Amino acid sequence: MPKREGLSDHNELIGFNDAVLPHMDAAYNLARWLTRNDHDAEDVVQEASLRAFKYWAGLSHRDSRSWLLAIVRNTFYSWLRQRSPEAPRLSDGEFDDADTDTPNPETAALREADREMLQSALEDLPVEFREAIVLREMEGMSYKEIADIANVPIGTVMSRLARGRKRLQSILVHQGVRR
Amino acid sequence: MTCVETQNLFDAYVDGELDWSLKIAIESHLEGCPPCSRVLASLKLLVSAMQRETLRFKAPQHLKSLVLSGIEQANPVVRRSFVDWQWFGLAASIVVIVALSWLVATRTAKPSLETQRIGDIVSSHVRSLMADHLTDVASSDTHNVKPWFTDKLDYSPTAKDLSVQGFPLLGGRMDYLENRPVAALVYQHHQHIINLFVWPANENTPESRSVHRGYNLIHWEKSGMTYWLISDLNPEELTEFASLLKD
Repeated sequence: MPKREGLSDHNELIGFNDAVLPHMDAAYNLARWLTRNDHDAEDVVQEASLRAFKYWAGLSHRDSRSWLLAIVRNTFYSWLRQRSPEAPRLSDGEFDDADTDTPNPETAALREADREMLQSALEDLPVEFREAIVLREMEGMSYKEIADIANVPIGTVMSRLARGRKRLQSILVHQGVRR
Repeated sequence: MTCVETQNLFDAYVDGELDWSLKIAIESHLEGCPPCSRVLASLKLLVSAMQRETLRFKAPQHLKSLVLSGIEQANPVVRRSFVDWQWFGLAASIVVIVALSWLVATRTAKPSLETQRIGDIVSSHVRSLMADHLTDVASSDTHNVKPWFTDKLDYSPTAKDLSVQGFPLLGGRMDYLENRPVAALVYQHHQHIINLFVWPANENTPESRSVHRGYNLIHWEKSGMTYWLISDLNPEELTEFASLLKD
């Protein structure tokens, strides 16, 4: 007979609190950038935490931040599929790269970019570029960690980051010119 | 390395993901190549802009308690804490004994109606905070919310506009308490959600305050209506809000 199955112990909740709740900000930040609004981000984090708790038992020796973020990400994608049954169109194929030209190093535009401009530029990125950038720049994760969370090869992480950043530069430079 | 080859490695270079031989190759290319250096400088600027702390969203204060109460609701067993399969047989017999004595006990001393009611109100409040069921009619305009209820209930709750005082109305919701549909008005104060349940009653009970599972409740009656206010907001501000509502 298995000693214990699932969530039959109060200690489980305490362990979960200690290991997972400290990463609520990271979870919310990722969800907020993926959903692009407060309300949906809260829904995704709540749903993800329920899932996390379900699988929590017995999984104590791991990096709980990466683990939670992977669940947040998966929860987001199932939420997205529920909303719009067509799968999100990933832009990682050959077909869409309007901005591959290296932008002029318009350093002035970047220096002057305020929070609002940066936020709207990042929100405009395709979701798979956005998540790579959030995990890298805001969570300080390595390519390997991002690859594990997004379930793609490291090379893909590298190319998503590079292309995402090129687009950001180009968006910011155009915004700067418009101003 | 050519300029193109060098620039293709810039992202991995800035992210510290290159091995030392490539790093050295890039650095020696940069020494003799001002255009590549400019591209790199611009990339570094972008990266540091994206790392600004102000871009990071912080989880709202109420989210943690929402998450915890969600987990408790979905897994009632975590609150009990004694079911361990090895002990299942023993536990099962204890359950039988406890259940029997509980039956006997409830015959003699029912949990007070008040306790039961407070439990129901807390559950309704917690449910309303979970996915997508805060409001059926989302409007900060009291002139939209009141008529919406009039269509559905045999009474008409007053939906006061207290946004100036810092308690904006988010909308209204139909809920079910005491075996009847009741009006729930939803307000917000900073990050805290406040539910106000209203239904007709004249029990002449005095105003009461209580704390249940971390939520503050205030109850009063006025002009034939009973009011229950609940939130994770602190008691002082909730009391202030209650007196604004009563004015």
